[in-house]
Amino acid sequence: MPLLEIKNLSVEFPSQHGMVRAVDGVDIMLERGEVLGIVGESGSGKSVGMLALMGLVPYPGRVRADKLQFEGRDLQTLSERERRALTGKDVAMIFQEPTTSLNPSFTIGYQLAETLHVHEGMDRKAARRRVIELLEQVGIPAPESRLSAYPHQLSGGMNQRVMIAMAIACNPKLLIADEPTTALDVTIQAQILDLLLSLQRDRGMALILITHNMGVVSDTTERVAVMYAGQIMEQRPTQSLFASPQHPYTAALLAARPEASDGGRLATIPGVVPGLSDRPPGCLFGPRCIYATPLADKVRPDLRPWMDGLIRCHYPLGDPTRDERIAADGGSAPIPERETTS
Amino acid sequence: MTALVTATDLKRSYEVKQGWLRPPAHLQAVGGVSFALDAGKTLAVVGESGCGKSTLARLVTLIEKPSTGTLMLDGVDAVDPPAGAAKTLRRTVQIVFQNPYGSLNPRKRVGAILEEPLIINTTLSKQERRAQALDMMAKVGLRPEQYGRYPHMFSGGQRQRIAIARALMLRPKLLVADEPVSALDMSVQAQVLNLLADLQRDLGLAYLFISHDLGVVRHIADDVMIMYLGIAVEHGPKERIFARPLHPYTQALLDATPGLGRKRQRIVPKGELPSPLDPPKGCVFSTRCPYVTDLCRTQRPLLRPLDGRLVACHYAERFLDTQAA
Amino acid sequence: MSAEVLKTPIVSQPGAPPHPLSQFWSDFKANFGAVAGLVVIVVLILLALFADVVAPHSPIVTNNAVFLKPPFWQQGGSTAYPLGTDAIGRDILSRLIYGARLSLLIGIAVVTLSVVTGTVLGLIAGFFRGVIEIVIMRLMDITLTLPSLLLAIVIVAILGPGLMNAMLAVAIVLLPHYVRIARAAVISEVSKDYVVAAKVAGAGRLRLMFKEVLPNCTAPLIVQATLGISTAILDAAALGFLGLGAQPPLPEWGTMLADAREFVLRAWWVVTLPGLAILVTVLAFNLLGDGLRDALDPKLKR
Repeated sequence: MPLLEIKNLSVEFPSQHGMVRAVDGVDIMLERGEVLGIVGESGSGKSVGMLALMGLVPYPGRVRADKLQFEGRDLQTLSERERRALTGKDVAMIFQEPTTSLNPSFTIGYQLAETLHVHEGMDRKAARRRVIELLEQVGIPAPESRLSAYPHQLSGGMNQRVMIAMAIACNPKLLIADEPTTALDVTIQAQILDLLLSLQRDRGMALILITHNMGVVSDTTERVAVMYAGQIMEQRPTQSLFASPQHPYTAALLAARPEASDGGRLATIPGVVPGLSDRPPGCLFGPRCIYATPLADKVRPDLRPWMDGLIRCHYPLGDPTRDERIAADGGSAPIPERETTS
Repeated sequence: MTALVTATDLKRSYEVKQGWLRPPAHLQAVGGVSFALDAGKTLAVVGESGCGKSTLARLVTLIEKPSTGTLMLDGVDAVDPPAGAAKTLRRTVQIVFQNPYGSLNPRKRVGAILEEPLIINTTLSKQERRAQALDMMAKVGLRPEQYGRYPHMFSGGQRQRIAIARALMLRPKLLVADEPVSALDMSVQAQVLNLLADLQRDLGLAYLFISHDLGVVRHIADDVMIMYLGIAVEHGPKERIFARPLHPYTQALLDATPGLGRKRQRIVPKGELPSPLDPPKGCVFSTRCPYVTDLCRTQRPLLRPLDGRLVACHYAERFLDTQAA
Repeated sequence: MSAEVLKTPIVSQPGAPPHPLSQFWSDFKANFGAVAGLVVIVVLILLALFADVVAPHSPIVTNNAVFLKPPFWQQGGSTAYPLGTDAIGRDILSRLIYGARLSLLIGIAVVTLSVVTGTVLGLIAGFFRGVIEIVIMRLMDITLTLPSLLLAIVIVAILGPGLMNAMLAVAIVLLPHYVRIARAAVISEVSKDYVVAAKVAGAGRLRLMFKEVLPNCTAPLIVQATLGISTAILDAAALGFLGLGAQPPLPEWGTMLADAREFVLRAWWVVTLPGLAILVTVLAFNLLGDGLRDALDPKLKR
């Protein structure tokens, strides 16, 4: 039984143009102790999807899924209360802005002890001992002296460590980290990522790392899901995804990284990410895809098994029959990069 | 030929009030930075938050005056400009900011935003201004019908194009770019980086490129200056520094940058940036450096030439034979 | 060369966000109270503008034959004087309609005066930090320490009673609110990059203040100004009631109340109707102000 199984998850929000889908048919399967990366640009729905899992989608958002199971228990049929008990204890989440995720009017010692008190029913003394232990585990030097510190007295990196301590306080089976290092400096980012990975290894905890940074994903995760405009475009083992991306979007993203440049012009993806209310009828990436055909502009591809993972594309890059099929569907393949190197 | 920009020992410190009775503390934001930048070249200034790179940008853009040091822009003393030169100086250097959502006046149309520098600094007629604005819009990849739109109708990448266009309206020779792509989505970053490269080639611009992202820097820079706590710790040609970083902090930055390839042999510096109000007495990096000795703690190393670049480390020689992956 | 650069592709954005004005209107429309307030205010403004046409009688001509006549639905009333007459035989409806003209004029004039002065002072305080700021803000603090009506009475007592002086007094009383709001807005705007960019482009102080920063500070000022109109109407009516504002026979609502004091028990309509007029007007402006704030302030948006 997988730890987490999500089938066809969608999150909708009402707007002036009717219901708009922030998350659209997302499937995620996660085993115990696995590290999954979810990567996407802003507006790709990568955060909202995980909020839906936690039951934290703000009103008036509507969550629907064919399957939303954690350890075989269906989260959709649980009562509000049971669900909170489960998500507080077995699933934990940390966010991008550590300083605003902590309550500014209480000391970090108090906030940590409170978590233990609520979820584990620990008395004050035991909680205090455990808090010191936790702070040590997340690498905060001289933890006793930090108990009485307020969040604003600590740096962003320290606060993120406190948040992680709070998240692992109840030995969760799954930790969701939503852009945990985006607000931090590079060297601190490396420290925090190392910390998350060592905690994951030592505790056999599963980790979902949401990020927009391809480099972070490639260095940390085992499997990665690439999201675009609310949908998963490609989901494969990290190494093979980086070595041979199958979806044109993934390939274009990887090629556009300055790290990938040879000093000449960077490859670019034309256009902009579609907004919530102006999604194309066919493939969501179609309008920006150099391989798009009339078929792809009409028919939205399904997420289907491909090679060692899943893909949502009519013409995966590694498909030997792809050029013929593109030509048969009225496309003008193979076109070289639309923006050629000058 | 002299360089377009020559900065010598630029320093900038602020007074920080520490309550009623205690005397104010001195915060050295930039503690003696020197560099030269030629037309058509890019100097990237790299460092983490609090290293003084944004203050340096403000000094070079003449938003703030340095406490001490000299700055020559296109042969003119920019700290103490001779009579009548202030106006030309204004037009020599312009800036592009990190956040394209805060750097455009939300109540003004694109056309008005672009023409404002011309209204202030030139006597062009309305038609001439409009023609120049449209010309610049074409250069940065905006369409003429977008002339009358408000900034909120554009995406982040397009706004950054507008901001770049505005900075270029006065035909500056130096463009200071303060993290110009770090607020943009990855698929848009490449578009803006290409645009900057095109403009540099076509207009012969010099860039002072402030960034924390070594991946971007390796792509765009000619020279790189690594800053830590207000001073440069390593400064030289990009190829040299990326191939063989000689300062432990440069090495740490490279190792910590995800996806750059020096994976997992890494030294991640312990601890955090010391308070700039109370910098270490010796080497600025001594509190976090894995190779620290007593000498480092007591004596601050000066920038010295070694292996085709400048480096401020007592023991830089020992890294000469280690090769980056 | 531009052809080369133009290759960087551009895709138009059909889903661009709506114009701020249409966004504002759709937010505002959703608020029932605000729309009701707006309707009442429009009706009041029309009445005030066309008072000469609408009012059945002159507001100041007395008629000895009909004094203290009740409204038409009560025994003894007549439709010639739909809302009755006062103690010296003037038509109350006509006086109320002309009174609307006065009250709105007072409200708008007072608020205009204090918004303009307050914004300029606030801009100066926000731009020139230091001694100038301290002087302006402490002066405003002192003004705020006195109960507003008391301060207005003191000012009128010094200047002498009369409508103009009363308006001036109320304007001074309202001033600190605008100074504070303008200064706070200016300080938060000044640190934004677009202001720095304008500085780098060589913009002078005046240009920065009025062309760059001021247009971005208008939202909170508009809201406060709308709410301020109701305060101004109330304060001016209070001064009128105390005999320090508009002088008889001007049909000002506060003055009407004062004239009617002795008839409270005998003729309820002489007191109640001007009171109701003040109440409805003030309520309408407050509702409109709240609606504007909800629609303009992004922090309060759902």
